[in-house]
Amino acid sequence: MARVVVVTSGKGGVGKTTTTAAIGAALAQTGGAGGKGGERVVVVDFDVGLRNLDLIMGAERRVVFDLINVIQGDAKLHQALIRDKRIENLALLPASQTRDKDALTAEGVAQVIAELREKFDWIICDSPAGIERGAALAMHHADTAIIVTNPEVSSVRDSDRIIGLLDSKTERAAKGERVEKHLLLTRYDPVRAARGDMLKTEDVLEILSIPLLGIIPESQEVLRASNLGAPVTLNAPDSAPARAYADAVRRLRGETLDMVVPTERRGFVDRLFGRRVA
Amino acid sequence: MAFVLRPESPLVAWLEELDAQLARSPSFFQGRPVILDLAGIAPGEAGVAGLLGWLHDRGVRVIDTEGYDGVLPGAEQWGPSLSGGRNGGTYDVPDDPAPPPQPTGLPPEDAALIVDEPVRSGQSIIFPRGDVTVLGSVASGAEVLAGGSIHIYGTLRGRAVAGAMGNPRARIFCRRLEAELLAIDGLYRTADDIDAALRGRAVQAWLTGGTAHGSFAIAPLT
Repeated sequence: MARVVVVTSGKGGVGKTTTTAAIGAALAQTGGAGGKGGERVVVVDFDVGLRNLDLIMGAERRVVFDLINVIQGDAKLHQALIRDKRIENLALLPASQTRDKDALTAEGVAQVIAELREKFDWIICDSPAGIERGAALAMHHADTAIIVTNPEVSSVRDSDRIIGLLDSKTERAAKGERVEKHLLLTRYDPVRAARGDMLKTEDVLEILSIPLLGIIPESQEVLRASNLGAPVTLNAPDSAPARAYADAVRRLRGETLDMVVPTERRGFVDRLFGRRVA
Repeated sequence: MAFVLRPESPLVAWLEELDAQLARSPSFFQGRPVILDLAGIAPGEAGVAGLLGWLHDRGVRVIDTEGYDGVLPGAEQWGPSLSGGRNGGTYDVPDDPAPPPQPTGLPPEDAALIVDEPVRSGQSIIFPRGDVTVLGSVASGAEVLAGGSIHIYGTLRGRAVAGAMGNPRARIFCRRLEAELLAIDGLYRTADDIDAALRGRAVQAWLTGGTAHGSFAIAPLT
């Protein structure tokens, strides 16, 4: 049974695309028989006009057709899908850079999602920022939502707005069902958190009142992986953010794990921050 | 096509029944030619002489009679009788759609609204009829507007507007005050005007004296 997951936030620059790539790669690598991978995963870029997911996935030089071509009937879905070079059961459906979000139609998106549901086990949709057409269509067919939030007030308020829309504007909401919602705290800085310069995890959880999927620490590894065109879970699997994403994926599959913020393995000071935070 | 009306004996009872039918569907006979079949009526029956006048008064346009031996008063000017009519089957008079029931005061469960989920940023709860109770929190950028009082069991971070239809006795209660704005019957306090000592506490807000000339008061709930 295919699962459609939307990665969304309202606010821009919080880490939606990084998260889509990292979680997509981690899902494709793990799970399946004996945790050796095997579940088919596709990451879909809905940010028409400002596409980035192809860069983060390192596939920008192989884009021929895109989501808009498929919606408009200029290309078949299999022509637009780009298979990842490192993980064979991971694919990318890129967005168009030359069009804008008005080129997305509700019927076209519905048809593409229906076709993807037949081919893949996980469909991870990278939503554009904002609450307009692009974001609305990205979330419309979601079974599950990952709400990416930074521990600061503007991001939290935007996330709250998005949760309201997930509960009212999606296909599931129209059928009287619920979209399963998870909070992913990103760019979490343990040092600043200890100083009290950031919103505390429990404050964010209290405001948003949805379950926590994971806490991804701020790290140079994320930037380094982006520049290399690799999801951080592939490029530096032992780094703190990669381990945090791996835990988040296990929780997404339904496992129960203690919530810790992984740190770079360096020494005594870090062990201070390795404690449970939620 | 003409309708055939077939009066039955006793005529007085039949007329009453027809009256009741006409009350339910006043427009049914409008513009429709009607033939009166009097086979079931004896020539001397009480009321038969006034039958045509009675029907005419009710807007039933009779164009001929059938099965009657005598001549009804008022039927002389019709000329030769129609004949050779074919039976088109009986026809039940449909009731006109019932008029909507007059509202007889609001049912009691509508006097208050209970919201058992958090009110998210960008959402508005508007309930001019009465009180609103929110079991969760009201987020920053969300608003609750009530004709009566507002009760919030979570944290109030957004706006609460009570007594919005002009009720100075309305109040606002919340378990934890972090509001952007509180208003009662048009008087309001923004976050800046609210005493910092009240932040984060369980409070109520009201207009002193319960009148529009009162002043805005906020005090902790003890």
